[in-house]
Amino acid sequence: MTRERKINAGLALALLAFPLWAYFANEPFMITLATKVAILALAGVGLNIALGQGGLVSLGHAAFFGIGGYAMGILASHAQTFDPIAEWPFLIEGTKSMPIIWIVAVLTSGLAALLIGALSLRTSGVYFIMITLAFGQMFYYFAISWPTYGGEDGLSIYVRNGFPGLNTLDPIQFFAITFVILMLAMGFAAMLAKSPFGLALNAARQSPQRVETVGMTPYRLRLVAFVISGMITGLAGALFADLNRFVSPTMFSWQTSGEIMVFIIIGGIGRLYGPLVGAALFIALEHILGGLSDYWHIYLGVLLLLIVLFARGGVIGSLAGRGHAHD
Amino acid sequence: MSFILFAEQVLNGLQFGVMLFLMSAGLTLVFGVMGLINLAHGSLFMIGAFAAAAVAGLTGSFVLALMAALAAAAAAGALVEVLVIRRLYDRDHLDQVLATFALILIFSEGTRWIFGSFPLFLNIPDYLSGPVTLPGGIQYPLYRLTLIGIGLAVAVGLFLLISRTRLGIQIRAGESDREMIAALGVDISKLYTIVFALGAALAGLAGALVGAIQSVQVGMGEPVLILAFVVIVIGGIGSIKGALIGSILVGLTDTLGGLFMPALFALFMDNSSAATAGSALASMLIYILMAVVLIVKPSGLFGARA
Repeated sequence: MTRERKINAGLALALLAFPLWAYFANEPFMITLATKVAILALAGVGLNIALGQGGLVSLGHAAFFGIGGYAMGILASHAQTFDPIAEWPFLIEGTKSMPIIWIVAVLTSGLAALLIGALSLRTSGVYFIMITLAFGQMFYYFAISWPTYGGEDGLSIYVRNGFPGLNTLDPIQFFAITFVILMLAMGFAAMLAKSPFGLALNAARQSPQRVETVGMTPYRLRLVAFVISGMITGLAGALFADLNRFVSPTMFSWQTSGEIMVFIIIGGIGRLYGPLVGAALFIALEHILGGLSDYWHIYLGVLLLLIVLFARGGVIGSLAGRGHAHD
Repeated sequence: MSFILFAEQVLNGLQFGVMLFLMSAGLTLVFGVMGLINLAHGSLFMIGAFAAAAVAGLTGSFVLALMAALAAAAAAGALVEVLVIRRLYDRDHLDQVLATFALILIFSEGTRWIFGSFPLFLNIPDYLSGPVTLPGGIQYPLYRLTLIGIGLAVAVGLFLLISRTRLGIQIRAGESDREMIAALGVDISKLYTIVFALGAALAGLAGALVGAIQSVQVGMGEPVLILAFVVIVIGGIGSIKGALIGSILVGLTDTLGGLFMPALFALFMDNSSAATAGSALASMLIYILMAVVLIVKPSGLFGARA
């Protein structure tokens, strides 16, 4: 077991132990915080596939997070009012079932990632950053100006959606769902990194010319990575909407994209557990500093600046030392 | 739809476009010369607006307010360049994005801390308020017309600066080969600070000018910043000409789209749903324009490199 693996195992146990402690100490709000950490970490795991493995600096992942959120909001709001989404060409009804919502969220955000990726990956570097940011903003303005689903005010869902055999309104049971999904997603990301596809993607990040020389197309590798990445972030969006029982255009805002990226950077870019550490620290800072000062974003900004300028491996990088990402 | 309404909207689009130009000119210069992507450019826009509102509140003079905006944004730009940005030139774009994202957080919350969360107001001075009558009987606000004039004057000034002055020669040389001009004895780090402060001053000016027709509030810079990115993607990175043409294209598309899309949808839908679908699609129009430019010319209309 390498040092990073030991740290990872410790982190997974900590994420599990904290809400269990809160459960027995009867602190439901702490369980909700842990759930939030798990969901935001999931969004980060998604982005990390594009950013860490593929080297694609996407500043528009809020688009997928928001699409996942709205997939949940739209389906559940139709189920709430018993008003079918479409009657023609065939009947589509709303649903309150989490698994179906997840599938819809993953498919729609994957489709959006395919479209955005196909266009933005024609460019690279700073163009790519600006274009993904702009497409994210496009969804934001669309959500604001489309009044059917609440427009600027967003959309409230009164009862959390259901999962067969579980009571999702019980915080610890909902946490269990998000924890299992996060672990599955991280397992998938680790497998992906070691698969032939992941190795090729990693190679395309380091040296696109060589990858081309051996007969593979970096564009196609990156597009597939971008779509997978968007799907996972979309799933996180659906869960986040279910946590809050509320969706609003804020999920699409560029700050959301920036924050998802910040989780990865705080934790350590390309590290499997980086997003989890980053999300946990972010939520802890928000909770602790937010209680001390209304202006806690200043401290976050200073911290982030110091990490970028002086501690480039993030938290896991400083603890586990330099090494191969995902090892 | 009357001719007068159309002409007014074209002028509005032009006004919006030249203000975007002030933002994107600085951004594209900084990228072209230093290879740096600066997300905090929107914060400099905001700083200009706040400085103008504060000085106008104290002195009542609009000219002083504009000068304060220029000075405050240029000073903030130079300070940030020396303290932070300078360390980022050799880093990859991800580090630049994150560090400048951190700067946005610091600037936005800092401004909120000093000025509070409530928007400030900057009034149009008396001698620039009220409408003027243009040929063709179009009544148009004098202030907005002044904005178009200032924007075009700045554009001409920038062209002259880049093509005719010593500083312009150094900027162009810096774009094509930074080692070489350093070897020729140009103080490159001073040049970078000057270019960054110049871009910042233009953003601050835009913030102050736009601040008089909107409210001055925290977070006002970022929507404009993202539009400036769209402009740069369309025009091509590093090209002032591209920034000007891209700005005007985006300004006109956005303004005229808001006018025409609902009318277009009304041809085959009932009025209320046409207004809904039309305005929703109009809000996406500039991004669709950007996508089309990307498909046809991935490096932008006037971009040298992708």
